[in-house]
Amino acid sequence: MFQDTMLDPAGPVSAATRDLLFESVGLMLIVVVPVFVLTAFVVWRYRAGNTSAAYTPRWNGSRLLEMGLWTVPVTIVVLLWFVVWNRTHELDPYRTIESDQPPLVVQVVALDWQWLFIYPEEEVASVNRLVFPVGRPLTIQLTSDSVMNSLLIPALGGQIYAMAGMQTELNLKADRIGVFEGRNTMFNGNGFSAQTFTVEAMDMAGYQAFLAEARTSPNALTEESFQTLAEPTVNGPLRLYSSVAPNLFHTIMGAHGSMPHTVAEPDMSSAPHHADHAR
Amino acid sequence: MNTSMLLGKLSLDALPFYSPIAAAGAAVIVFGGLGVIALITWLRAWPYLWREWFTSTDHKKIGMMYVGLALVMLMRGFVDALMMRAQQAMAMNAEGYLTPDHFQQIFSSHGTIMIFFMAMPFLFGLMNYVVPLQLGARDVAFPLMNAISFWLTAAGAALVMVSLVIGVFSTGGWSGYPPYTELSYSPTVGVDYWIMALLVSGVGTTLGAINLVVTIYKMRAPGMKLMQMPLFCWTALCASLLAVFALPGLTVAAGLLGLDRYLGMHFFTNDGGGNVMNYANLFWIFGHPEVYILILPAFGIFSSVIPTFSQKKLFGYNVLVYATMCIAVLSFTVWLHHFFTMGADANVNAFFGIMTMVIAVPTGVKVYDWILTMFRGRLRFDTPMLWSIAFIVTFVIGGMTGVILAIPPLDYVFHNTLFLIAHFHNMLIPGVLFGLFAGYAYWFPKATGFPLDEAWGRRAFIFWVVGFYLAFMPLYALGFTGAPRRMAYYDQPEWQIYFVIAAIGALSVLAGIICQVIQLVVSIRNRDRTTSFAGDPWGGQTLEWATSSPPPEYNFAVLPRVNSLDAFEEAKESGQPYVWPEKYDPIEVPRNSMTGVLLGGTSFVLGFAAVWHIWWLAALSLLGVIGIVIARSFATDTTRFISADEVKAHESRWRTAVLAQGKASS
Ligand code: HEM
Ligand SMILES: [Cu+2]
Repeated sequence: MFQDTMLDPAGPVSAATRDLLFESVGLMLIVVVPVFVLTAFVVWRYRAGNTSAAYTPRWNGSRLLEMGLWTVPVTIVVLLWFVVWNRTHELDPYRTIESDQPPLVVQVVALDWQWLFIYPEEEVASVNRLVFPVGRPLTIQLTSDSVMNSLLIPALGGQIYAMAGMQTELNLKADRIGVFEGRNTMFNGNGFSAQTFTVEAMDMAGYQAFLAEARTSPNALTEESFQTLAEPTVNGPLRLYSSVAPNLFHTIMGAHGSMPHTVAEPDMSSAPHHADHAR
Repeated sequence: MNTSMLLGKLSLDALPFYSPIAAAGAAVIVFGGLGVIALITWLRAWPYLWREWFTSTDHKKIGMMYVGLALVMLMRGFVDALMMRAQQAMAMNAEGYLTPDHFQQIFSSHGTIMIFFMAMPFLFGLMNYVVPLQLGARDVAFPLMNAISFWLTAAGAALVMVSLVIGVFSTGGWSGYPPYTELSYSPTVGVDYWIMALLVSGVGTTLGAINLVVTIYKMRAPGMKLMQMPLFCWTALCASLLAVFALPGLTVAAGLLGLDRYLGMHFFTNDGGGNVMNYANLFWIFGHPEVYILILPAFGIFSSVIPTFSQKKLFGYNVLVYATMCIAVLSFTVWLHHFFTMGADANVNAFFGIMTMVIAVPTGVKVYDWILTMFRGRLRFDTPMLWSIAFIVTFVIGGMTGVILAIPPLDYVFHNTLFLIAHFHNMLIPGVLFGLFAGYAYWFPKATGFPLDEAWGRRAFIFWVVGFYLAFMPLYALGFTGAPRRMAYYDQPEWQIYFVIAAIGALSVLAGIICQVIQLVVSIRNRDRTTSFAGDPWGGQTLEWATSSPPPEYNFAVLPRVNSLDAFEEAKESGQPYVWPEKYDPIEVPRNSMTGVLLGGTSFVLGFAAVWHIWWLAALSLLGVIGIVIARSFATDTTRFISADEVKAHESRWRTAVLAQGKASS
């Protein structure tokens, strides 16, 4: 059941997320457990039938107790602030994962109701199937050719929206070989429930084999064939493309979001993080 | 779709023959509605209903109508929930019995109804009924506006109900995110129904909130300082202020979306310079305060119920007041936690995560204050108290998962999953709904003179609590696996058992609701035995118990003088709880008015016409709305007097009842 989820992490991001979950739950239990215990105790002991229990009908406050009541949660929350501040920066989806290898960049286009993965360095593309080598960081750049989508790979962690005319980014890494599931979590219409994709973290040989397979595909991803691909499709097949039109990702992005009849700048890939939203 | 001058986009295709299940649902609504109309006609109850209820400007009757509307909508929202639970229990590697399109309408109408047409009217109903009584006032500040608020809310609810029969409802969820809800992706009238229902009822809610704020500031009994108000009034004040300031966010978001859809503008479209992110911000600038609009009055109810049934004073009144105010202010500073995954900078996400946690502090303190209120009390476990105890224990679980979601990196994995669904139901059901049920049972004898049946109340309680845990704990587990919300079907075999358990939970809730229906029937049947006019069945501490049950139209013949907290309790302590002077004055009360019903009716037609692009009708009903308001503003004779004799007759009848009860119990 929890295999290949955040509770059984396959990469550093999801592992750190799991640890963070346990830490924060541990801290919160300091406030939560006493509620259970005290409620049970008070409800039992001060039931009306128990006339031997103390009864102070007019007691309505106590400075000392109230101070205590504020101090404990304030302390815990202040502790959590530090946790939040640090971990939000450490686990920022935009932060490249440290490694001796440069990250593999994959450009993702969310479609109705499929996922297109473009490998700009290799100039190949795949549909509904994300393949990458284990141990090498992954930089996923996302946009949408349709409505808002959100990409989540539970085994690896992270989630980020994909929005038309804009680029977002997600950095992940797999530490073990495996086949996982990724999906859209942002409701987007009739094909939503089936909008999953296969995530394959492979060894180098496997990844090379995948690239080789892609290069032998008869299909080329051009602006025209992209239009066909972008037609609403439920349960679309896995597909490979042996070539990709140059800058296709930015062409798709530029087709949305700008004022009518203005042409988007061709290359925005050098735009800094967080300013990635094309106008 | 063709549009005609006469009927706009409306044609026979609008009838729900696209699916037998939708057609059956429509048939239930149509025949149910016809049945009710036939029954009322057969009982010849129309004149009575019109005179005593529909045209009433009495805050108590309006409050009861609000609660009635909420209970009806609870049924509808719950049927939606059952249908979703059934679908997900069977849709493993299969379509299930609902098409995706139908399933989508159901979660959208469930969410929209539960928030806007169940929880909100329920709260406004209780606040309407109770706040003036607790303040020792004779009515709200603007009685007619109160009626208008109610009828506009009812008109919004009616629009959602009509969409079941004529046309379709939105598939965009309760939050209606564009660009999915833009014309290019949602070309049917569903989203238009959603927009119009929210706009119409939004006006009603805003007016209702303004009314409560003014009532609380201006109409308190002589001598009552703000810090002597019962805590429920404080929470009503904070919730109403929140509503006044937050609802414009929703109105603007839905309105701009409407402009996109109707006039081809580009606020939130993919193209033409539109930007979805603006919608997300606007919607949640409303949406987060909204959850506090819902929860704060529920906190107020618990703060009334727990001391009464602990036979003790509320612990830490001042702290609870300040905590409430803190929560109200802070609730405007956290909205971004609803879209941590939209790609904001880590600094921004961390800031909003931290702000969100700040709110958890006053909330946590409140929970401990309630426990300390019970500490060294003499606890009686009547149903209102049972709901409150179940609330305390269950709510902290939801609070904990809420803090989890407030930590941005954790939200990255739980956002949009069933974990989130489990979390907010964990707040909304034990927090809001149990609070509402507690208030319903607590104030029911005040409003009707007879209590709700205790045995059936306990049965309902057990089924609800068990049902809640069964229905939503499995969703936390599913959330850990990344199972998304709003899924019509799935292909992971391990998930199915969790959905089946959740469906069993929903059946248990169904049993609870059936018990509540039986409870109402049984209580009404037994009322001859159980009615007490005396007015203080629970040993209450606040002023609503210092008048007869049901209270007279004018609430208090002599306005109480207040110089402490828990005015009624103090008066009882001093041995002089009731004032029955020799001589009474005539009392001025607002006259009935049909302005509210008419405005509600015309607004409904306006919304309906706009949904279907029937422009002549829309123009006509808009003129109608304006005309009714203008016509009403010429009315001068808007109040009438209840004669001193009538007041005296009522008061002496009440006095007899109180004295008789005093004898019986001593
Ligand atoms: C009484 C038992 C209830 C059950 C069994 C129930 C069940 C459900 C289910 C199955 C969903 C859809 C989950 C999904 O997206 O996969 C849902 C969504 C929702 N529910 Fe409930 N619910 C209940 C009560 C309530 C109450 C009392 C409220 C509010 C006061 C509420 C508010 C919502 C909202 C806002 C949504 C989100 C709709 C959307 O996705 O846009 N529910 N509920
Ligand atoms: Cu929020």
